[in-house]
Amino acid sequence: MQYENVRTTCIYCGCGCAINLQVLDGEIVGVFPDPQHPISRGSLCIKGWNVASFVRHPDRLATPLVRQGEGFREASWDEALQLVAERMGAIYAASGPQSIGFLASAKCTNEENYLLQKLARTIVRTNNIDHCARL
Amino acid sequence: MTNSVPEFSAHTNCFLIIGSNTTEAHPLVASHVMEAQQRGAKVIVVDPRQTQMARLADLYLCPRPGTNVAWLNGLMHVIIAEGLQDASFVQERTEGYEELRQVVMTYPPEKVEEISGIPADDLRAAARLYAQHKPAAILYAMGITQHTTGTDNVKSCANLSMLTGNVGIAGGGVNPLRGQNNVQGACDLGGLPNVYPGYQAVTAPEVKEKFEQAWGVAGLDDQVGLTVTEMIEGAGQGNVRALYVMAENPLLSDPDINHVRHCLEQLDLLVVQDIFLTETAELAHVVLPATSFAEKDGTFTGTDRRVQRVQKAVEPLGESKPDWQIICELAQMMISGSRFQVPNLQPETWNYASPAEVMDEIAPVTPIYGGVSYERLEREGSLQWPVPTADHPGTPYLHKGKFSRGLGRFHAIHSQAAAELPDEAYPFTLTTGRLMFHFHTGTMTRRTEKLAQEVREAYVEMHPDDAARIGLDGAERVRVASRRGEIELAVRVTPAIRPGVVFIPFHFAEAAANVLTHAALDPDSGIPEFKVCAVQVEPVT
Ligand code: SF4
Repeated sequence: MQYENVRTTCIYCGCGCAINLQVLDGEIVGVFPDPQHPISRGSLCIKGWNVASFVRHPDRLATPLVRQGEGFREASWDEALQLVAERMGAIYAASGPQSIGFLASAKCTNEENYLLQKLARTIVRTNNIDHCARL
Repeated sequence: MTNSVPEFSAHTNCFLIIGSNTTEAHPLVASHVMEAQQRGAKVIVVDPRQTQMARLADLYLCPRPGTNVAWLNGLMHVIIAEGLQDASFVQERTEGYEELRQVVMTYPPEKVEEISGIPADDLRAAARLYAQHKPAAILYAMGITQHTTGTDNVKSCANLSMLTGNVGIAGGGVNPLRGQNNVQGACDLGGLPNVYPGYQAVTAPEVKEKFEQAWGVAGLDDQVGLTVTEMIEGAGQGNVRALYVMAENPLLSDPDINHVRHCLEQLDLLVVQDIFLTETAELAHVVLPATSFAEKDGTFTGTDRRVQRVQKAVEPLGESKPDWQIICELAQMMISGSRFQVPNLQPETWNYASPAEVMDEIAPVTPIYGGVSYERLEREGSLQWPVPTADHPGTPYLHKGKFSRGLGRFHAIHSQAAAELPDEAYPFTLTTGRLMFHFHTGTMTRRTEKLAQEVREAYVEMHPDDAARIGLDGAERVRVASRRGEIELAVRVTPAIRPGVVFIPFHFAEAAANVLTHAALDPDSGIPEFKVCAVQVEPVT
């Protein structure tokens, strides 16, 4: 049996409470707050206590999907990413950089948002990047 | 936020909470407010719904939705008329006071009562409480920003704060509470059409040059790009042909979603990168499986500018990958393919070993994050920006001593009506918001039994007088219609809402409030007016 506490940050609002995920043999078995944290000071709200429950939900996407008629078929990463690069490239060639848009995310990390805007700005050469923060 | 959350419990002596259902939407911020109340701090809540925070408040004001500028001007009228402003702060650190004074003096409390429905004496009481208990903090959420006059509302809050000298002090300031966990970070890191990371304008030649050098490219776009609402509109009109969506669900979160669906269906390429097959992903051509927060490393920035670590606890599910890795792999394929004109770019420049390495690239080009590194976060727990250098301790509250632009500018603003007011055909004002138990479009929380069981389905709140007016007569379901669409849902009758106003939480796809909402935008911020639109309500029997 292997057990560890992993300190991370709650994702359910902008308060930014620290949480500890209790990990037993590679699975999350519990959540507990951090008494030292300046905002949460050892407590969490009901969303925080339950923040890890969806992590292994059966509805989680586990493979890339590519449209087939009304539905999807499973695809490899290589195929899916090639398809995106290829079709976005074709649109770029035909209609120019301003015909492509990107939505970054208020739910993703700082590093991920940085990388997506860097991709949009350096490879596609567009500032068409925004996120749903206002919504 | 100009302040830090811990300052609320430690220093703040008066809170003016506007359009924020704090105990439900930001519970752990609310706990600091309640602790301050224990030591005697005053709390004023302004909201068309009598939230739990409103019931705990010393003073509760219940305005008509969409009248924020009017009643904020009214507060300033009382403060100036009674000589309660901070004259030396106004003198030394601000400009434009005379223009402000002239405008707000045309908003006497009796006139404000007519516009907003707030009794004149309550407004006077609020003005005195706020001005006489320093430091005072304004807390607001989407109730301020999601209006066609959202920018005016925000400026009015800044006016009030400066007028009373509640700037650059511990516990006194203006504090937007961010709904989604990393709204702050997404903005900070350049997820916006007008700025690079660190709010550096894309239109400034010296900024463009700096990023061209840092990224090893020439010819970066120097025009402001499209906002999310414009991209979706552009998709409908055929100008935008491809949309790449990282962990967002505009089909549920945007206003007037029947129209959004129509627009997204016109795209030649819609790519969605997410952890569940969201409503938006169902329309996609390609869906890329991302990992949850528990399966990746990174940082989030909380509402008080606090940069903190996200740490991987478990391995990614199935073949899912962290978003940062997906972006890097896609970037490499785009560069290697021949379609994009990227002569100077090498795929190897996208070989990041970890998010720590990405942060090492962010810090030197983003002055407010200049001193942030994983090593420091490990040691110090969190850092509040601006943290310009590696030996800078971070900044708990902004504008100490001076504003970044020098003098603080007052904005003299007149009140304007919301874009769509109730009329005979659509006699109620609809406002939308969050619940305690759900997050945003419900993708994650509705799949969490302990949260889902608290509130399973959508409902609309209305006042008993209105229930009588529409002849509800014990019916449990109603049809709510606007000029854009209609939904059927349960009804809850409660005196804790202003008569004439109805409220729907927006987490529920099957009775989505955003079928009804109006896509009228604030001209400056591009934020849609979620908080006011006209609807009719009728019982379903
Ligand atoms: S525990 Fe509750 S208050 Fe704290 S960040 Fe999570 S959702 Fe927000």
